[in-house]
Amino acid sequence: MTRNPFPDFGQLLASTSSISLQGVDIAILLIYVLVVVAIGFALKRYMKSSSDFLTSGRSIPAWITGLAFMSANLGALELVGMAASGAKYGIATCHFYWVGAIPAMVFLAVFMMPFYYGSKARSVPEYLKLRFDERVRGLNSITFAVMTVFASGISMNALAKLLNQLLGWDYHWSLWICSAVVLIYVLKGGLTSAIYTEVLQFFMIVLGFAPVVYLGLKDVGGWSAIKTNLAEVAVNPAAQNLNEKVFTQDAWTSAWQPLLTGSTHNPMGVDIFAMVFGLGFVLSFGYWCTNFLVVQRAMAAKNMTSARNTPLIAAVPKMIIPVLVILPGMIAAVLGNMQGKNYRLPQAEISADKYPAIIQALKATPVKAEGDVAAVKELSKKLGDASGVTFFEPKLAALSTSAATLDDAALKVAVQDAVSNDYDGVILSLVKRYCPTGLLGLALTALLASFMSGMAGNVTAFNTVWTYDLYQAYFAKNKSDDHYAWMGRAATVVGILLSIACAYFARNFNNAMDICQLVFGFVNAPLFATFLLGMFWKRTTATGAFLGLLGGTATSAIFHGLTIAVGNNPGVKGAYFGLMQTFPSEMAQNFWLATFAFGVCFLLTAVISLSTGRTKTDAELKGLVYSLTPKLVVENQPFYLKPSVLGCVLLGICVILNIVFW
Amino acid sequence: MGLDLRKPIGIFFGILGIILVVHGFLTRGDPMYAKSLDININLIWGGVLIVFGLLMLIPALMCKEAPPEK
Repeated sequence: MTRNPFPDFGQLLASTSSISLQGVDIAILLIYVLVVVAIGFALKRYMKSSSDFLTSGRSIPAWITGLAFMSANLGALELVGMAASGAKYGIATCHFYWVGAIPAMVFLAVFMMPFYYGSKARSVPEYLKLRFDERVRGLNSITFAVMTVFASGISMNALAKLLNQLLGWDYHWSLWICSAVVLIYVLKGGLTSAIYTEVLQFFMIVLGFAPVVYLGLKDVGGWSAIKTNLAEVAVNPAAQNLNEKVFTQDAWTSAWQPLLTGSTHNPMGVDIFAMVFGLGFVLSFGYWCTNFLVVQRAMAAKNMTSARNTPLIAAVPKMIIPVLVILPGMIAAVLGNMQGKNYRLPQAEISADKYPAIIQALKATPVKAEGDVAAVKELSKKLGDASGVTFFEPKLAALSTSAATLDDAALKVAVQDAVSNDYDGVILSLVKRYCPTGLLGLALTALLASFMSGMAGNVTAFNTVWTYDLYQAYFAKNKSDDHYAWMGRAATVVGILLSIACAYFARNFNNAMDICQLVFGFVNAPLFATFLLGMFWKRTTATGAFLGLLGGTATSAIFHGLTIAVGNNPGVKGAYFGLMQTFPSEMAQNFWLATFAFGVCFLLTAVISLSTGRTKTDAELKGLVYSLTPKLVVENQPFYLKPSVLGCVLLGICVILNIVFW
Repeated sequence: MGLDLRKPIGIFFGILGIILVVHGFLTRGDPMYAKSLDININLIWGGVLIVFGLLMLIPALMCKEAPPEK
């Protein structure tokens, strides 16, 4: 299909414009808030001890912990981000689920959960204390506590910004009121409240987004139409400002083939090793098996069987959820490719008063030849300075040539067309496109629910780690349980206040926030090596684990300082020590970083462990290390309900999914 | 925990369903349904929500007393 180079998008540039809610939409929103607060109050009478509040007293059935386990990760940032990646990379985004999450969840259920749950540790850092020593727990609990506060701050900032831009509500009021709602129900019902609302949020997201996906599918004409259109997108992705390269027809619609032909042949810019080892093994196992935020859900289960079944139950919806979160992004790319659908991937909108400066910059910086990279870079920088938005560089050469011939009105359209896509707006652009009043309230409430439960999840993980792993360990040992219960509540209030502070911080210092996240990435990348060696090799010593973890973190920082992704400038994005290697994409850089950090942490831990003496005897490590723990006898369970059997079935289904979308 | 989560979920989605169905019925033929490809999505999806709510609520009400925890 040939495309008019500068189509008139008119009303569709309204990607950042606001929408108005009707009474019925507001009613749905209010009922949701009412229900979560009511759940909090209904749970209040069960909150007697600190463990009721912080660990749900280990009393929750598996289907609830399972859905909460999945849902704790299905935050709003995931929803927005996966739809964005769906448009940007197509079906390969599913690797985050089918290669990333599922195997890690099965591993957690079959191999790791017996140690977490069986050791009676109340948190992941506490397990590290039992297995190694105070240093490893201290390192892990402090970074984790800081990280949860930042994560919930980032999420709340995004929520308040969204409510502000979309509905025109005041930023500060939105932030404080949503935080207050979370505070009320977490304070009343503790972890149980957070888990219950996560389950509610899971159903909200499924039932709120399913009709949007259905309407989108119907609109474009089903899966076969998606395939034909995405084949056209793949051979000319620059038409929608998606990618400057040209790919084979299956780049957006098959999950493995474009990866097998090398990192330059798929829009993700990732090679097969980085995908399978970096994402599938290091990053995913690191996240799903060691992140207390998700593991806490399984640890709240009522018995060992439920605890082990939690990740397995979670794996079932996790396998299907790409339909709800990735498919919409692909549909958006298809809509953008279909003429007559009047849809364009969202972009930042240039305000009208900026155009004189932009047009002046455009005329003052001509690009002579199509391949003149330096001139395009210069023009891109000048236009960026004049407009405050970034541009899709491959379109700038053509724009520069046409600047001489087009009149100002046509030029404005052309300039706006060259602005980079704002992928994070994809999911909202579809909600706005397909939802009439009523359904709109449902979809927006689902989004709001996922933001709020994201905050609740982080805060409940924070208060537990603070109370048990920091306060009880370092500040006030041997106090009464009432005292710790009180501290758990106080930590909840403080955690929420800190999150709000972080939200303001994120709003004002975007760069500082990026750096913080970068540093957390460094800390997390090697973590799984420590757990793997600690759980499966009794010879691992505390000193080995501690120094290995520090070495792995340092490796991440050095690796990041020496590499960069194509198109990024040295600085926050990498190469601050010098440039040794350039990756085709940030994702590839990230996967390789994790691989190196894991490798160094693994080797260092092993070598140092062998050269230091053991401080814990076999008897002390019973129940903490695989070889020293008696085999778990699953009583009264038919063989097909054993976690190992269920895990194999799930992995089998996962393999089939990968083959179907090969 | 003593609270059976199926009840609040069932009630919540039941109420949402009723709201959507009533809203869909009152606005049938409204031009805003051009957005949802001329389908009265509120009416249909409200029905789905009611069915889901009942699926959660009925089993929860049937087992009056939860079996004692072992």
